[in-house]
Amino acid sequence: MHYMTRAGAVRAVDGVTFSVERGQSLGLVGESGCGKSSIAISLLKILPDSARILSGSILLEGVDILPLSEDEMREYRWKRISMVFQAAMNSLDPVYRVGDQIIEALELHVGSAPSEAVERVRELYDLVGLNHSFIPRYPHEYSGGMKQRAIIAMALACEPAIIVADEPTTALDVIVQDRILREMRKVRDALDMSMIYISHDMAVIAEVSDVVGVMYAGRIVEFGETKDVFENPIHPYTRALMSAFPSVTGEKRELATLPGEPPNLLAPPSGCRFHPRCPYATEECRSQPPPTVRRGVHWADCWNPPEDQSP
Amino acid sequence: MTQAPDAPSRPLIHAISLTKRFPVSSGWFRRDRSFAHAVDGVSFQIQRGESFGLVGESGCGKTTTGKLLVRLVDPTEGKIVFDDGEDEPTDIASLSGRSLKSFRRKAQMIFQDPYESMNPRRTIFDTVAEPLKVQKIGGAIERVERVSEMLGMVGLTPPATFLFRYPHELSGGQRQRVAVARALVIEPIFIVADEPTSMLDVSIRTGIMRLMEDLAARLGISYLYITHDLAVARYMCSRIAVMYLGKIVEQGETEEILHNPKHPYTQALLSAVPIPDPSAARPPVKIEGGVSTPIDPPPRCRFYDRCPVADAFCRDSEHPPLEDKGGGRMVACYKA
Ligand SMILES: Nc1ncnc2c1ncn2[C@@H]1O[C@H](COP(=O)(O)OP(=O)(O)OP(=O)(O)O)[C@@H](O)[C@H]1O
Ligand SMILES: Nc1ncnc2c1ncn2[C@@H]1O[C@H](COP(=O)(O)OP(=O)(O)O)[C@@H](O)[C@H]1O
Ligand code: SF4
Ligand code: SF4
Ligand SMILES: [Mg+2]
Ligand SMILES: [Mg+2]
Repeated sequence: MHYMTRAGAVRAVDGVTFSVERGQSLGLVGESGCGKSSIAISLLKILPDSARILSGSILLEGVDILPLSEDEMREYRWKRISMVFQAAMNSLDPVYRVGDQIIEALELHVGSAPSEAVERVRELYDLVGLNHSFIPRYPHEYSGGMKQRAIIAMALACEPAIIVADEPTTALDVIVQDRILREMRKVRDALDMSMIYISHDMAVIAEVSDVVGVMYAGRIVEFGETKDVFENPIHPYTRALMSAFPSVTGEKRELATLPGEPPNLLAPPSGCRFHPRCPYATEECRSQPPPTVRRGVHWADCWNPPEDQSP
Repeated sequence: MTQAPDAPSRPLIHAISLTKRFPVSSGWFRRDRSFAHAVDGVSFQIQRGESFGLVGESGCGKTTTGKLLVRLVDPTEGKIVFDDGEDEPTDIASLSGRSLKSFRRKAQMIFQDPYESMNPRRTIFDTVAEPLKVQKIGGAIERVERVSEMLGMVGLTPPATFLFRYPHELSGGQRQRVAVARALVIEPIFIVADEPTSMLDVSIRTGIMRLMEDLAARLGISYLYITHDLAVARYMCSRIAVMYLGKIVEQGETEEILHNPKHPYTQALLSAVPIPDPSAARPPVKIEGGVSTPIDPPPRCRFYDRCPVADAFCRDSEHPPLEDKGGGRMVACYKA
């Protein structure tokens, strides 16, 4: 998926392939600007005017949803696939009571009767840890984190087959995050719901995902079962991400920063896209796309995977 | 960041029994009146050059406390004594006209949501220069120079390539830097930083944290640093206060609190921090499910409904006072 801008095409998602089994949870992790949200909005087909999906396919329960018209897509969105946006706090309509907005979504998408919908909203508020007294209140009476929880309730309302969650708890405190992650897990187990969970927080990804994809500059550079990726990371970028992560109770160490900035996706670097920031870069890294190193289902694209396997 | 060794004993900010109640509609009918006790009798001090952290769950009153300190919200009760050593110590609430304007020059706020606090139709230059305009500082050329210098300082280089861009043409991390530049442009001595990094990822977050730390050291700025992220508080703040439903429940040196939390809420908070190790099973968080609201709370301990160690005494008593436990630690709990 590319964004067509005055300066040229921003290659935000550039040849990414993955699959999520029913009931499975895939974590996508990577720095800001690497294309995580672009994948999310592509999956839902809610693209801004400047975005184009140039090639590829998106199979949802066996159906390629890419060629579907907007009308056809409406049958899927919310009911089969739903999403919690990044910074969704601002997507509530300020002039309507929050409860009414969820009730309306339920009536529209599931065809619930009004009394049913009200009951369901109560359940959903319990689920995300919002007090019922907030149901009839307006968005400005909610704090930032409360708005985010209301949005999560809305995404779960129609019991979709898969939910795409783009940094859904980044703005929330850890107790609420813990609760939402546990509740989402329960809902997922009960409905055999799949999830794509996007975050830059390695610790959250470690807790929520069965499999992990590490993104860099529009591509997935490492993929595998969560345990393998965390315990034996192959790609130098994955290791760098892990060491830049601050700890709360562990030893207080200087924060490692990744040198440099993520690449400009208007003109991504040649060869391995990580080479300008990689301590292991060699000549071939600069000129040739890296080969895939495989250890069972765990793989990474790298010329010189470091020997030492601890992050 | 640590406090300057020769810090004068008079704090820069002294909040005394600070209280803010918002009227809220309590049902589907707007006639009923209740109050959200967003900030409820909170007292603390911020020393010069210190970065004081405010942590706590969503809705506990952090942003409201921050807005009170820069007088974006007026307190219902209580005082905030501001003492910069230049003018006479004054209660911020009593400021008006010229004295308020001069206070605004000294105290700035960086907002929680960089998307909300920036006008999409104004260029980066207009955004950053606005406080200069309000304070009538400098002519056109001087303002361009000043803004360019600030952009350079926050790492938006070369500044000329950013001046006339619009917010939507910047990444989240770049927008957050603009927010920092805007707060710094009039050289305040006190900044309320409301979750300035919560929307950002590790590498950018570390960059902004370093930047703010560096500026504090160089320009002697004091911060009220609001965050729900304990790892961030650990790196930014020498002392923190933990808030729960409008009350400070624990306060002290950051490292001490993180390693030896005394209030049951702080303990729960620490146990909820995710662990970056997929094979580590974190024990379940021991606090009750019911989520409390600050609307017309009963007079007993605010944490009572969710507290794992609450007893009949807690039920029948008032909210516990914040007591000095020695070593600068304060805790509000009958059983701590
Ligand atoms: N203008 C307002 N009208 C009514 N209630 C309000 C208003 N502003 C805040 N509140 C209430 O006051 C309480 C504290 O809100 P505040 O924004 O200070 O929380 P916070 O600690 O910053 O939370 P977050 O981490 O979610 O941003 C919340 O219960 C909120 O609903
Ligand atoms: N509407 C847009 N127009 C042009 N470029 C965009 C737009 N949205 C995102 N981009 C660019 O696409 C790239 C990927 O962005 P995004 O998917 O938001 O990343 P992430 O979610 O990983 O932070 C970035 O370089 C970003 O600047
Ligand atoms: S291919 Fe080369 S530059 Fe890329 S990550 Fe591997 S060693 Fe580093
Ligand atoms: S005073 Fe009682 S209810 Fe409140 S935190 Fe302490 S033990 Fe729990
Ligand atoms: Mg994103
Ligand atoms: Mg807030």
